[in-house]
Amino acid sequence: MAAAARFFIRGAPLKLPVSGVGTGAQSSFEATLLKLSPNSNSRTTTQRRHAAHFTFQPDAVPTQYGPTQKMNLFQSVTSALDNTLASDPTAVIFGEDVAFGGVFRCTVGLRDKYGKDRVFNTPLCEQGIVGFGIGAAVAGATAIAEIQFADYIYPAFDQIVNEAAKYRYRSGNLFDCGNLTIRAPWGCVGHGSLYHSQSPEAFFAHCPGIKVVIPRSPVQAKGLLLACIADQNPCIFFEPKILYRAAVEQVPVEPYTIPLSQAEILQEGSDVTLVAWGTQIHVMREVANMAQEKLGVSCELIDLQTILPWDTETVCKSVVKTGRLLISHEAPITGGFAAEISSTVQEECFLNLEAPIKDDQLLNPCQGPTSGSPGLHHLSFSSSFIQSVERGQEKTLC
Amino acid sequence: MLTNISNVLRACAQRNGAAAVVSARTYADFTTEATFEIKKCDIHKLDEAPATQVVMTREEGLQYYRTMQTIRRMELKADQLYKQKIIRGFCHLYDGQEACAVGIEAGINLTDHLITAYRAHGYTYTRGGTVKEIMAELTGRRGGIAKGKGGSMHMYTKHFYGGNGIVGAQVPLGAGIALACKYLGNNELCVSLYGDGAANQGQIFESYNMAALWKLPAIFICENNRYGMGTSVERAAASTDYYKRGDFIPGLRVDGMDVLCVREATKFAADHCRSGKGPMLMELQTYRYHGHSMSDPGVSYRTREEIQEVRGKSDPISMLKDRMLSNNMASIEELKEIDVAVRKEIEDAAQFATTDPEPPLEELCNHIFYNNPALEVRGTNPWTKLKSVS
Repeated sequence: MAAAARFFIRGAPLKLPVSGVGTGAQSSFEATLLKLSPNSNSRTTTQRRHAAHFTFQPDAVPTQYGPTQKMNLFQSVTSALDNTLASDPTAVIFGEDVAFGGVFRCTVGLRDKYGKDRVFNTPLCEQGIVGFGIGAAVAGATAIAEIQFADYIYPAFDQIVNEAAKYRYRSGNLFDCGNLTIRAPWGCVGHGSLYHSQSPEAFFAHCPGIKVVIPRSPVQAKGLLLACIADQNPCIFFEPKILYRAAVEQVPVEPYTIPLSQAEILQEGSDVTLVAWGTQIHVMREVANMAQEKLGVSCELIDLQTILPWDTETVCKSVVKTGRLLISHEAPITGGFAAEISSTVQEECFLNLEAPIKDDQLLNPCQGPTSGSPGLHHLSFSSSFIQSVERGQEKTLC
Repeated sequence: MLTNISNVLRACAQRNGAAAVVSARTYADFTTEATFEIKKCDIHKLDEAPATQVVMTREEGLQYYRTMQTIRRMELKADQLYKQKIIRGFCHLYDGQEACAVGIEAGINLTDHLITAYRAHGYTYTRGGTVKEIMAELTGRRGGIAKGKGGSMHMYTKHFYGGNGIVGAQVPLGAGIALACKYLGNNELCVSLYGDGAANQGQIFESYNMAALWKLPAIFICENNRYGMGTSVERAAASTDYYKRGDFIPGLRVDGMDVLCVREATKFAADHCRSGKGPMLMELQTYRYHGHSMSDPGVSYRTREEIQEVRGKSDPISMLKDRMLSNNMASIEELKEIDVAVRKEIEDAAQFATTDPEPPLEELCNHIFYNNPALEVRGTNPWTKLKSVS
């Protein structure tokens, strides 16, 4: 176990024995994989910098939405909010520190442009922010609430689950808070530790009545956010904070929407289906490339985008085609959203499955909270997932 | 006779290796205690305020000076290490607010309990942590006070419950600790600290209600440093009289830059609690020189002039120093010696913090649950399980 764990330390010399990992028959193969993986090659024993565990891969420039401009993720969010405030006179944005631009610069310039009665700060009270947002939405305003970090959303959990999600149902469609959108920075960032790195989408997936959406890139973020705002259901929009500056793309300046509850197939393949969302998509892209190069395995990569309600059809259709499924996410495995996908897929595609479905998890190496020590972070990346892919293939040989 | 004693003392000092005091004065010349006039506290639902004439002895003065100076230098060292990227993650510094930590500790016993939010380095020290442990925790090494797994925001020691990231959440915990004190009948109390930003959290008011209803020995203290991150108190709170926000709980507004003021008010509150009268609320008006955290320059929402003004007029360490010098309670050289000793202590601690190894990977998964025998947990490698011992 210790040998396996040491495997993945940054700067571990590549000649460490690999026998701790997997079965003996696999180990030399896996060692080769690790040596060849782009991440291990670039690490030296003296490197202490904590480089990101992925490289952002921009999509092709979209041509169907009009002129585009280079934007990173937080700028694309600003653009979406700008469009909304311009076209919808009832739209208001509020949250902690949004007036000066927000701690992640997502609301820069909006207060000056639209006035302080439309973009305003709230005191430090998440439960109050969401409750207030629900009320504003019920009364007819397009309420866009910001929770400063997804880790702080729990005081508002009662409001979201008990009030927002059930409003329409319990009033027999007389009232609803469909105008409410909650935005929160989400996911690991390298130095966030326990309370600035969480991915709580699984907690909310358990609640009918709300929608949960997670974009992978600036173009997706703007389109999905505008779709959430337009959607007549309360939506939670998680923005991967590590991508705020790292992800740069050409984003259309005009408003456009990307449909919710539609997963996107980023790469067609025939041997295994990879499902992920948010930052993890970029890791999976690397895995797919590595699998093609090293193993000759053709991967089909799907970005789920909307976690709730999720696109079962696209995923199942893909699994019927490939016969194997690997789902990867940042949150802890037990009860993570991958479990829900696994369960549905095995029910729908049981006879098409060639191997057990694999749930893979990036961040919490022991289903525990992210530790404060920088050295204990981020152990294995593409190199681990490639083994999952390889194992998936393996299983059919016997 | 006094000269004999002082000669013996000096000889002892030299024999023990302590630096020889090069001054014309001997220790016997100093005033052993003096009375000071402090600012009167504003009171809410109280008949009397804490005393305005207080006595401080030489020993107490030197101890407060040394402790405050240690906290100050420790925070400045942390700033330096953070800029060198030896400390990563989050780092919320306490310099400027030292009088609060030291004053509170002077008003309670080490057997009492204390809980605060993330600006916790000062309290970790006053509650019994060593500078070495604190700095090693900041750098995430195994010698750290939380074994390197907590970092800046999660430091704990005996009778000090952290070190909490989610603001406001520590106050109901503090009320619970106070309940335990009352239940166990050990005459201890619990001090629960929070900031002016967190003062607007709902759970704080829930704690006020429970503490008052059950007459818990809880002292709620709001450290009002005028800014919740970047938001000034006027923009965040409908009422900035934080000491009155407990409504039915008696309150005190205290000058948090004066260590004697804080000490007197804390003693007053502690007596109130220990006599079974129930909780008390204190607002300490204080100021932080650094920004909210190391990623905040601290000048976009306040002017440099304001910071300089507070530093010049109300710095807690300078205030204490002036008091002691003008009342002949210590000499400049003596205080300088303390400064030198403190600096050395911090340097040694920083040295330890940068050279101590990181926690071993075997400990990565420990202490998730309490379990016996050891538990196996899944990690990012799907075919190898990691051991969790607790």
